Amino acid sequence: MATVDNAVPPGESPEPFEDTVEDPRRRDYLAIGAVAFAGVGAGVIALPLINQMNPSADVLALSSTEVDLTSIQPGQAIKTSFRKQPLFVRNLTQKEIAEADAVPLSVLRDPQTLEERTKPGHKNWLITLGVCTHLGCVPLGAGEGEYRGPYGGYFCPCHGSEYDTAARIRQGPAPKNLFVPEYAFLSDTKVKVG
Amino acid sequence: MSFPWAKQYEPKHPVMQWVDNRLPLPRLVYGAIGGGYPVPRNLNYWWNFGVLAGAALAVQIITGVVLAMHYAANGAVAFDSVEHIMRDVNGGWFLRYAHANGASMFFIVVYIHIFRGLYYGSYKPPREMVWLLGVVIFLLMMATAFMGYVLPWGQMSFWGAQVITGFFSAIPLVGENIRIWLLGGYAPDNAALNRFFSLHYLLPFVIAGVIILHIWALHIPGSNNPEGVDVKGEQDTVPFHPYYTAKDGWGMGVFFLIFALLVFFAPNMLGHPDNYIPANPLSTPAHIVPEWYFWPFYAILRSFTADFILPAKLWGVLAMFGSILILFFLPWLDRSPVRSAKYRPAYRIAFWVLVVDVLLLGYVGGSEATPKFLILGQITAAYYFAHFLIIVPIISRIEKTRPLPNSITEAVLAKHDGHGATRDGAAVPAE
Repeated sequence: MATVDNAVPPGESPEPFEDTVEDPRRRDYLAIGAVAFAGVGAGVIALPLINQMNPSADVLALSSTEVDLTSIQPGQAIKTSFRKQPLFVRNLTQKEIAEADAVPLSVLRDPQTLEERTKPGHKNWLITLGVCTHLGCVPLGAGEGEYRGPYGGYFCPCHGSEYDTAARIRQGPAPKNLFVPEYAFLSDTKVKVG
Repeated sequence: MSFPWAKQYEPKHPVMQWVDNRLPLPRLVYGAIGGGYPVPRNLNYWWNFGVLAGAALAVQIITGVVLAMHYAANGAVAFDSVEHIMRDVNGGWFLRYAHANGASMFFIVVYIHIFRGLYYGSYKPPREMVWLLGVVIFLLMMATAFMGYVLPWGQMSFWGAQVITGFFSAIPLVGENIRIWLLGGYAPDNAALNRFFSLHYLLPFVIAGVIILHIWALHIPGSNNPEGVDVKGEQDTVPFHPYYTAKDGWGMGVFFLIFALLVFFAPNMLGHPDNYIPANPLSTPAHIVPEWYFWPFYAILRSFTADFILPAKLWGVLAMFGSILILFFLPWLDRSPVRSAKYRPAYRIAFWVLVVDVLLLGYVGGSEATPKFLILGQITAAYYFAHFLIIVPIISRIEKTRPLPNSITEAVLAKHDGHGATRDGAAVPAE
């Protein structure tokens, strides 16, 4: 505390100015501390403002879907919905499996085998998102009679990406294979996606 | 600001004197767009388009605020509420058609405004800040227009949102998370629709704010002019009011005439019929196209088809954003001291080639992605970047420009003499 003997704190003496003023002065500490405190506070307030834009609880609650496979014949595919995105569930024929297996990994843009994209013992069940990895259109090929492109898998009408029978990207602008979501077989005829 | 001979605001009426002493708002208006702002005497009709852009923004804000009274930003009812506006709300069809076509009018006017700046060198010193703020306004306009197009929640709305937010998923590592954050979900849905509506309402007012800065920055050096030479004295200028208020008023009449033709006789000409189909997340339209004013940029996006170090998709997105960001650097890419293309024979040719190039890009962007159009898109996209990064910098170094007139007045009088001769007898007006 300042006393009569030491009325001005060290480094705050107004004269002679240049000689004794220490840099930073005590009041600079106070100013920097106060502004930094407010700055950190403003930064923390920004967090909820940013976080509110993330998917809300009800959106996340839709994050798993069960699919019944009994009605899907070999060669057939269905379109269903997972997290409000289209989900393709396809029962591959032996010919389509053979076609996918015959492709050497070296020609693939996003190298993956059909085994890696399906579950053990269920190699004929190809389950992918129906979202083109280019810009998110729904590729054709899952619906009845839709064009499946030159590689027999899926074909995106927006910018012409062509997928093979393992839904791997073969031609066109898309960078990745159709995404295989997390899923598990609950029984031989039922899968839980998500 | 402005020139020393600018007239001062002198209110006659005691009420206006009382106001002026306490809040000099009338003085500000008088100095900005009244008799107190001296403007080069030789502006041609291409200088109308700044005011027209302001008028278009005003139309959008007024019609938009009214439409928001009837629209519901909820995925379940958004499409129906737009049809409710079209069929049930009194005069609702007029308001919505005016708003939808008003966006097109805003963009056409702004594109002409930008090309006028390119032709007459309005981006050059001392007006770089005016140009930079203009590019900011353009970016804000594009964001606003995109989010507005999503609101009717038709097929093109939905898939446009899907494709455009998909740009962000091209960013390595964090891209997909950014996309989910922007949408508030894994695909466009209620959360996205609501935030787009909120921002679509907000951004026009941000644009209005940046326009004020744009005009403020313009009024420091004053307007450029078709000769591109500096104002030398009072004889080179006329007061904004009544000379250019009258000229702009006439242009405004023509603008609203064309606007009315669109709204009343061809309200859906520039729209896409697929947007009258309600949004369906499980079915993509056969041919996704953005609104016409995004076609050139869409063509640039699509012109990358092969991976080269980075994925093709990322290249496309970078190039598309780069094609606009490159405009920020134009004042430093073009170092020629001569502003107006009237006195720059080589630049003038490059300018018109660029105009044709952008029109071709637009044509490609609006067409289906067949191999023929893909090649044309790649050539025109490459030329677009070459224009700004190679052609303009080279021209600005090696071009032999024509002699400039000594003053605006000299150029104006020479034109009216009928021989187009200036004092040194060399410069002939280009037209």
